[in-house]
Amino acid sequence: MKKRIACLLALLCFGVSVMAQQKTVTIATVNNPAMIELKKLSPKFEAANPDIKLNWVVLEENVLRQRVTTDVSTGSGQFDLVFIGLYETPIFAKRGWLKEISNIPVEYDIEDVFKPLRDGLSYEGKLYALPFYGESSMLMYRKDLFDAKGLVMPEQPTYDDIKKFAAALTDKAKGIYGITLRGKPGWGENMAYFDTVVNTFGGQWFDEEWKPTLDTQEWRNALTFYVNLLKEYGPPGASSNGFNENLALFAKGKAAMWIDATSGAGPLFDKEQSQVADKVAFANAPIAVTPNGSRWLWSWAFAIPKAAKQGDAARKFALWATSKEYVSLVAADTGWPTVPPGTRKSTYDSPEYQQAAPFAKVTLAAMQAADPTKPTLKPVPYTGIQFVGVPEFQSFGTVVGQNIAGVLTGQMTVDQALKANQTAVERAARQARYGKK
Amino acid sequence: MKQSILSKWLTTIAGWGVALIVFFPIFWMTLTAFKTEKQAYSPDIFFTPTLQSFRDVFARSDYLTFALNSIYVSIGSTLLCYLFAFPAAYRMAFYPTAKTQDTLLWMLSTKMMPSVGVLIPIYLLFKTGGILDNIWGLIVIYALMNLPIAVWMAYTYLCEVPPAILEAARIDGANIWGELWHVLRPIALPGLTSTALLLIILSWNEAFWSINLTSAKAAPLTVFIASYSSPEGLFWAKLSGASVLAVAPILVMGWLCQKQLVSGLTFGAVK
Amino acid sequence: MSTNVAAAKPKHFFAFLQAPSVVVLFLWMIVPLAMTIYFAFIRYSLLNPDISGFAGVENFQFLWEDPAFFPSIWNSVLLVGSVLIITVVAGTALAVLYDSNFFGNKIAALLVIAPFFVMPTVSALIWKNMIMHPVYGLIAMGLQKLGLPGIDFFGEYPLLSVIVIVSWEWMPFAFLVLFTAIKSFDQEQKEAAIVDGAGPVQLFFSLILNHLSRAISVVVMIESIFLLSIFAEIHTTTSGGPGTASTNLTYLIFSLGLRQFDIGIASAGGILAVILANIVAYFLVKMLAKGLKQGS
Repeated sequence: MKKRIACLLALLCFGVSVMAQQKTVTIATVNNPAMIELKKLSPKFEAANPDIKLNWVVLEENVLRQRVTTDVSTGSGQFDLVFIGLYETPIFAKRGWLKEISNIPVEYDIEDVFKPLRDGLSYEGKLYALPFYGESSMLMYRKDLFDAKGLVMPEQPTYDDIKKFAAALTDKAKGIYGITLRGKPGWGENMAYFDTVVNTFGGQWFDEEWKPTLDTQEWRNALTFYVNLLKEYGPPGASSNGFNENLALFAKGKAAMWIDATSGAGPLFDKEQSQVADKVAFANAPIAVTPNGSRWLWSWAFAIPKAAKQGDAARKFALWATSKEYVSLVAADTGWPTVPPGTRKSTYDSPEYQQAAPFAKVTLAAMQAADPTKPTLKPVPYTGIQFVGVPEFQSFGTVVGQNIAGVLTGQMTVDQALKANQTAVERAARQARYGKK
Repeated sequence: MKQSILSKWLTTIAGWGVALIVFFPIFWMTLTAFKTEKQAYSPDIFFTPTLQSFRDVFARSDYLTFALNSIYVSIGSTLLCYLFAFPAAYRMAFYPTAKTQDTLLWMLSTKMMPSVGVLIPIYLLFKTGGILDNIWGLIVIYALMNLPIAVWMAYTYLCEVPPAILEAARIDGANIWGELWHVLRPIALPGLTSTALLLIILSWNEAFWSINLTSAKAAPLTVFIASYSSPEGLFWAKLSGASVLAVAPILVMGWLCQKQLVSGLTFGAVK
Repeated sequence: MSTNVAAAKPKHFFAFLQAPSVVVLFLWMIVPLAMTIYFAFIRYSLLNPDISGFAGVENFQFLWEDPAFFPSIWNSVLLVGSVLIITVVAGTALAVLYDSNFFGNKIAALLVIAPFFVMPTVSALIWKNMIMHPVYGLIAMGLQKLGLPGIDFFGEYPLLSVIVIVSWEWMPFAFLVLFTAIKSFDQEQKEAAIVDGAGPVQLFFSLILNHLSRAISVVVMIESIFLLSIFAEIHTTTSGGPGTASTNLTYLIFSLGLRQFDIGIASAGGILAVILANIVAYFLVKMLAKGLKQGS
């Protein structure tokens, strides 16, 4: 009997000591497919690191952003690892809320990660987040519909080309719309796309003295073009279509063209989800007056809050999840088209990827060409292609997005919207004291 | 009460018609939960059902933890709330003063501040108190948030109790507990139960605080749902499945309470 | 409702019965309120370190000078008013209908209550994508079969669509409260009135409605408080747009303040929302004075 008790006690002590050493890393993530896949594969990491346990908090994007910002800004330490975007990273880093990611092991090959991403996730030369996946924007189109009408998509289309194609391909009686674009209001929704239109038409948000420039001719051209294109050749209810709705529309075969995130390509190839898997082709996002800022740059990246309790364990996981080995892991699990796109050159160099993902070439070109420091025709004091890298952008960007949606639904004219936009950004700039540093 | 056959049929048709129309969106959501993502957007009523979305949901999320948290928080906060609300309502209903109406209105005014205006102050309070991601923190905040509602509604139902009954009981020598148990309970129970049910539902569905004040341990089903709404890509079947799972426990609870609510009590007790 | 019973009992014990609730609520209210008032008068943006110092009324000014401010107040009032009318009328009508104990009414009652069980975000998503979507929503598909084009509900009738969704969610609340209240209606009184020759309409208006007046007042007061801060439904469907057509005051506060984590603006907005709510409550109390008092 005594022996048994002794054994039990020993086991208990052992168990307790293991648990005591066990570090729990709480991760806040967005609910995109790539992250869900990461969560699914993460037991492999836990098996290789038995002293680390991962706790996942999965939330949709808007909710996640609010939750993470609240936590990180108040130093609450609720999360050890958070997913943030290209937009927040410099802002958080500037405030000193993130742990610097330094001493990266050589095997990780940080040079393999695309430079625009590395730069975008750094502040004053120091890296603060590791990109998990990156995306730009491109044009997706129905090769079958183009062939049927004898149309050929150039490698670098212009918006004039797009208008011609849309006119030729729209057949509302059959429920085919020439083009579908984001219309749902939001700084990361319709504004992400529309900002690239403004950029390529030569417009910008602020001039070099931080004066808002939203009532300029370039903005007028961009807005008029966008609204007319959607009104004539787009689906009804465009003002409530965001990424998901457009993906659904295109996947069901209702649109001939779609300009949106490069990450939209993957689901289109999935026969389970898409009815057009074998009919999709890709081209660069269209340009107008200038190619600057015509393709956006975005990344979801791992960052470690300053107040994180398990910063080291979190860092270990982040390095694992963004490594070349992880890419191979995903390829083995769900196939090459689903590996985290847009982060590492090595992924794009791999012949398997090139073969399995026809969108790889265009994505690669877009990722390498997108330069957030030169998003516009003329120089600007801010960085960011499809956003303005200031904290207030979340607010005034959405207000502008709402006004633009208002033009789409006919509740405002182009001029009214431009004026309202200018007023909104002027007020925001005044409140936040831009240009008075 | 006499009712002609025609009017009986009319009321039955009207009653069921309304019920079906009102319930339709939920019915449709439940149907979608059994479809694949590809089918989810189509209006077919007849299709081969699949449990795929439920399987996906269970594989992806720790449903049980979320559900248990929701149950603890809803029931816990409702009980805590009643602990404070019932005596207050009792006092106001049976021993009202000139200040009673004002107190009631003041209580309601504590709910006037919208949550979005007060997120950071509350968050800082919780952080300082060390009760972030703590189930008791949620229970307390919900109890406080629902207290005015509980007092108002309990007050309303207690006011329905004819004072003659209480007087009769007291004359018969009943003490406070006897009064509560034998006299008050049968009459006020349907109202108090429906109040409890409403409070449970309000706590169950409250999303703003539950998402912002919890992370991994104390997260209830509202956080679970927030991991299925609006991701990138198709998500309808999964969201429907998750919603069915999120609503199921409370529907069961509601159905059990039904018996208390609608047991057709009459007030022959007065005579 | 008489107060005679009170005379027979010592008042002081019962006087303390409501103290705990009041004290607890007071503490709960006062601390966040004090913090909010403080934040409202300083410049405080979590994300932007360049915004700091005493603000005076700047935050309030930023809000009420916004072109959307007065429209948002009007939208708030419109939203609350419409939903109140719809839910109370529907709730009362259904309560009376279901009181007649038709076949299977218990199950039907559960179906009617069901919308209240669903989370607001999910309700909004169901209505937005499954029912009201102009291309693949059920209504649009039905219209297509009839050869008509789909209606862009959230584009053309944003506030109305939000009102529909919110009414659908809250009607069960009104129904539940009123149905429970109607069950307590003395059958004897009803029978007596019928014997006296009262027709069903007269019965309804003079007797039943009178009996329900307190319950209706409670429903109105409670719903107003909730409806003034409706947020999730708007956020999920229209994001306050197009333009500001469906922005209510709560959404405006979120949009100008919380979304960019400018706590000064968000707090100032909170104060303004409380002022608006007090004004609404004042008018409601005046209108419902009879129902709220304990005389029935």
